[in-house]
Amino acid sequence: MVNGARLEVRGVSHAFALEKRALPVLEDIDFTAEPGEFVALLGPSGCGKSTLLRLVAGLEPPTEGRLLVDGREITGTDPSRTIMFQDPTLFPWRTVRGNAQIGPEARGTLRADAGRIDDALSLVGLSAFAEALPHQLSGGMAQRASLARALVNQPRVLMLDEPLGKLDSLTRLAMQRELVALWEREGFTALLVTHDVEEALLLADRVLVLSDRPARIRADIRVEQQRPRRRDHPGLVARREEILGLLGLAEAT
Amino acid sequence: MSATTLGARIAAPAARAPFWPSGWAAGLAWIGTAALISLWPDADDLGRSWELAVLAAGFGAAIQAGAIAATLPALAPRLAPLRAAGPWLLVLALALTAWELVTAKLDWLPRPFFAAPQSILEVFTDDYARLGESVWRSVLLVVPGYALGASIGFLFGVAMGWSRLVGYWAHPVVRLIGPLPATAWLPIAFFAFTSSRGASTFLIALASFFPVTVLTWSGVSAVSKSYYDVARTMGATPWFLVRKVAVPAAMPSVFVGLFVGLGASFSVLVVAEMMGVKAGLGWYMQWAQGWAAYANMYAALLVLALMCSSAVTLLFRLRDHLLSWQKGLVRW
Ligand SMILES: Nc1ncnc2c1ncn2[C@@H]1O[C@H](COP(=O)(O)OP(=O)(O)O)[C@@H](O)[C@H]1O
Ligand SMILES: [Mg+2]
Repeated sequence: MVNGARLEVRGVSHAFALEKRALPVLEDIDFTAEPGEFVALLGPSGCGKSTLLRLVAGLEPPTEGRLLVDGREITGTDPSRTIMFQDPTLFPWRTVRGNAQIGPEARGTLRADAGRIDDALSLVGLSAFAEALPHQLSGGMAQRASLARALVNQPRVLMLDEPLGKLDSLTRLAMQRELVALWEREGFTALLVTHDVEEALLLADRVLVLSDRPARIRADIRVEQQRPRRRDHPGLVARREEILGLLGLAEAT
Repeated sequence: MSATTLGARIAAPAARAPFWPSGWAAGLAWIGTAALISLWPDADDLGRSWELAVLAAGFGAAIQAGAIAATLPALAPRLAPLRAAGPWLLVLALALTAWELVTAKLDWLPRPFFAAPQSILEVFTDDYARLGESVWRSVLLVVPGYALGASIGFLFGVAMGWSRLVGYWAHPVVRLIGPLPATAWLPIAFFAFTSSRGASTFLIALASFFPVTVLTWSGVSAVSKSYYDVARTMGATPWFLVRKVAVPAAMPSVFVGLFVGLGASFSVLVVAEMMGVKAGLGWYMQWAQGWAAYANMYAALLVLALMCSSAVTLLFRLRDHLLSWQKGLVRW
């Protein structure tokens, strides 16, 4: 069991240079994720969700504002903050196991982490495919392999960028349950990017609803229901209506 | 489909291996060629006609045996590759017959320039020592030169693709000097190096250096940034990124460079042997030409072709082994 880290995002704005003009992507994002909290980032496609995760991972510095982990400024990447990327980006020249062990291999802890690699593969149901090459996997299997690769690093902050996007609806339900179980067991702070309102409500402690690009936090919604949650619970249904309303998608009733 | 018919379908080839018509035809054609060579007297006094006939007959008998064996269920799977070669074996027999007719038997083609098959066989039986020595000397020259040029080119290409600073300084130089054919350096090389061996090694290395550098460089430059992102978030050092991300991702491109460089190396090898080094297959060919020994020249050409083809085969084997993760590799 790892202790989740406290993540503070303080007044973060970010812009990309696009054809010599600044393209604002994030605007004054400000929130704190408590250690071990499960936060969902919900917003329309292209609003800047993946960019926010890149900043938390330390892959890029923000144009403005500060990001802190346990009170310390993020200045670069660190294996304690791992992303499961939206695109699986498995290394095509490595087997599934070879991909899962990239982290330990990079840090020289391959022998000590051998057990974790096997555990992670069996957790995502890919033990039988450990020696398969990425081009032999389906889209969903590739995403599960990429989840295993992230988990092996025992992250204190795990960022999941639309992790279940390429899964069929049945596998999706099973994986949602697995993700919650995993988070409860491991205790990491989770940042889940999704555009599925129901998924956010089923999994997260808090849902941050983002606006269109440039993303601002439109609402910070707490979900108090006990887990395991049922999607037809009246409390969740009410929350769902509220969020859809915020996104301008309220269903006429 | 029911289980029984499926089972019957799978079992069918083993029960009665099909007749191999092209194998039978090829075997008979080779034996026919042997008969023609031995029974039809040569137009002129040529050596080794009898030996050629024996070889052709032996070859035909072997194919014939193969054609019989290919119908036996126990041997059929192992002889499948031979089966595929059937039409080629047949056409080769016909081509040898035609060649034999227009040279040795009918004397239609002017002879010193067009050698009869038995004359080329005669080179192998009578001059094998010198020919073998030439092959060995060529190998000793081209292997170190190619290995040197390819290794330096690989390191250089990785450095150019990885480091902006190296790229900045190396790019204009590679752009100006690279496209120059390595043979253009011939006069300078033989002047600058005290030994012709040193000069030739330098030229061969130069010839393989350029394509390997450029294709390694472009391979490393083309590596998707997201691979680096993945590795960096998991604690990869720059050294890890080079070794375990940039290089493996660039390997398909590197092998294209190694392939092009190998061809360039052989081309320089032959020229260098003709111009400066008094040994090797290039020299042998020039020496043969000087004596109007055209059969020797053709024999050396054949050996050279086999040598180059073997080298490329070896390179492709290595590639198939290292890049087995790729889909749809071109088979050599
Ligand atoms: N490296 C980049 N350079 C320029 N623009 C970018 C870059 N990365 C993302 N963008 C732009 O930023 C916006 C937000 O992208 P992203 O964070 O990937 O959105 P989301 O994950 O919410 O779908 C998009 O309009 C995208 O085109
Ligand atoms: Mg995204």
